[in-house]
Amino acid sequence: MYPNTGRDSYQLPPKLFDARCKACWLTVGVLMLVVASFATLNLQWAQFWSWDALQRMGRFVGELLHPEASTRFTGKVLHAALETLAMSALGTLLAALLGLALALPAARAHVHDPAHWRGVTRLALNALRSTPELVWAALLLIVVGLGPFAGTLALGLHTTGVLGRLFAESVENAAPGPPFALRLRGVGEARVFLYATLPQVLPQLLSYTLYRWENNIRAAAVLGVVGAGGLGQMLAFHMGLFQMGETSTVLLAMLVLVALVDALSYAMRTVLSR
Amino acid sequence: MPSTTSKTAFTTAWTPAHPALRDPALRLRVFWALSGLALLWPMGVLSEFKPWVLLEPGALKPALNFVGAFFPPRSDAEFLTLLLRETWRTVAMATAGLALALLLAVPLSLMSVRVLSLSSLTGRMAMGPSVLRQGVRWLLLVLRSVPELVWALVFVRVVGLGPTSGVLAIALTYSGMLGKVYADILESGEAHATSSLMRNGSGRLQAFFYGLLPQNAAELTSYTVYRWECAIRSSAVLGFVGAGGLGQLMDSSMKMFNGAEVASILLVFMALVWLADRMSAALRKNLS
Repeated sequence: MYPNTGRDSYQLPPKLFDARCKACWLTVGVLMLVVASFATLNLQWAQFWSWDALQRMGRFVGELLHPEASTRFTGKVLHAALETLAMSALGTLLAALLGLALALPAARAHVHDPAHWRGVTRLALNALRSTPELVWAALLLIVVGLGPFAGTLALGLHTTGVLGRLFAESVENAAPGPPFALRLRGVGEARVFLYATLPQVLPQLLSYTLYRWENNIRAAAVLGVVGAGGLGQMLAFHMGLFQMGETSTVLLAMLVLVALVDALSYAMRTVLSR
Repeated sequence: MPSTTSKTAFTTAWTPAHPALRDPALRLRVFWALSGLALLWPMGVLSEFKPWVLLEPGALKPALNFVGAFFPPRSDAEFLTLLLRETWRTVAMATAGLALALLLAVPLSLMSVRVLSLSSLTGRMAMGPSVLRQGVRWLLLVLRSVPELVWALVFVRVVGLGPTSGVLAIALTYSGMLGKVYADILESGEAHATSSLMRNGSGRLQAFFYGLLPQNAAELTSYTVYRWECAIRSSAVLGFVGAGGLGQLMDSSMKMFNGAEVASILLVFMALVWLADRMSAALRKNLS
């Protein structure tokens, strides 16, 4: 009745290397890549594990253990932390608005939609996305000068690329029934989007945006290293001046901020998925 | 009893719209819009949100000059060789960093997976293992909550400029991320095979290799490939604090306001990210 059962369950294990097995070649390729990376990088392990470097590391960590805790300085750190939060929130908001505006031309609304702008918009979104926030910030510093505004714009531009693509994909993946029903009755495209597509995808868009906000808080904390405001700028400043006490406080603030965001998002996720 | 027309006229005179057309959530919407604005205002002040500085002649002119110098991008042989070398370095830093991260992440995630606990097979997990698992989770949390850029800043201070600090920075942060997500993936699957193996006397590593790993291998590999893509992106950025690679090249070109060089670096950078993205997408598609 089941002629193949016996053969199937007692197959021999596959050969370890088979010239026709893609995964084997892939594994070999990955191993070669790793070996080549280590071989060509000229990593100075000897210098890193040398007594001198270890001593320096020890001194560094020792100095970090005495954070500067004066009220005035903690006030400044708190302000920088709030600045970081504000940068990330505004940047994400900008990105959500711009991303939605760009997602519409980047999405094929229905099967017969010519979507002339799809290719161009996707290219623009990809360009925005593949340039990291930090590079955007470094470029924008030339335009708007040092400070959190450059960071906000940088976060906004990079996140626009990310969100725009995600938004376009969720618009394309929305159930086609309701928009089709409206379109059949001669409703204009704008209203079809507002009344049939948007209500379907809004929760997903919101959750993408919140997720990116969480990422952006982390990104905003370090963005300042190139001078774009927030905690990162303080960190780079004090580390550059070898003021280890202040550096330590800023680092602690960063850790607390990131951990808080992590904990909050975890709590929200568990509450929402319950 | 009045006619229907006079009735509608009467109602429209009193209420702005037919009851069915009135927005039932109007008050809530207005409330949330206003409170949103009230929140936005201080945020705008804090982040010095002044879009008009973009249009000030003092800012606009150097910016336009800089962007104008983007065309044509610099493409002589000497610069292209340098660019190629730094691009390879960026990829190599990401790969080496991720390889080191795996060395740290795999044991840590195995230590923190609750499914592989022998004592929890019979009721509650014992005190010692439970504390150890929580401790490992905290360690992973600390490792990944320090951004790689900060690790790089620290290591540049200690080891000096160069790719070593970049590799170490990626290794530390990514071990935290990988370890945590590996543990999550391993715990999210069906634990039945693993626990029945362990109930029948297999060791924990055996249960992992024969029960837990085959079930989750595709997802684990796919996540690792995705992280490799992320590592390439971040290793390109780490150069901005002096950890070698494309970022360092871009930083120096930018400090010299050399638009042509910045343009070609940006193009290479985008191509690299695009390539990594395509490759990881193709690999992950094959895996699923």
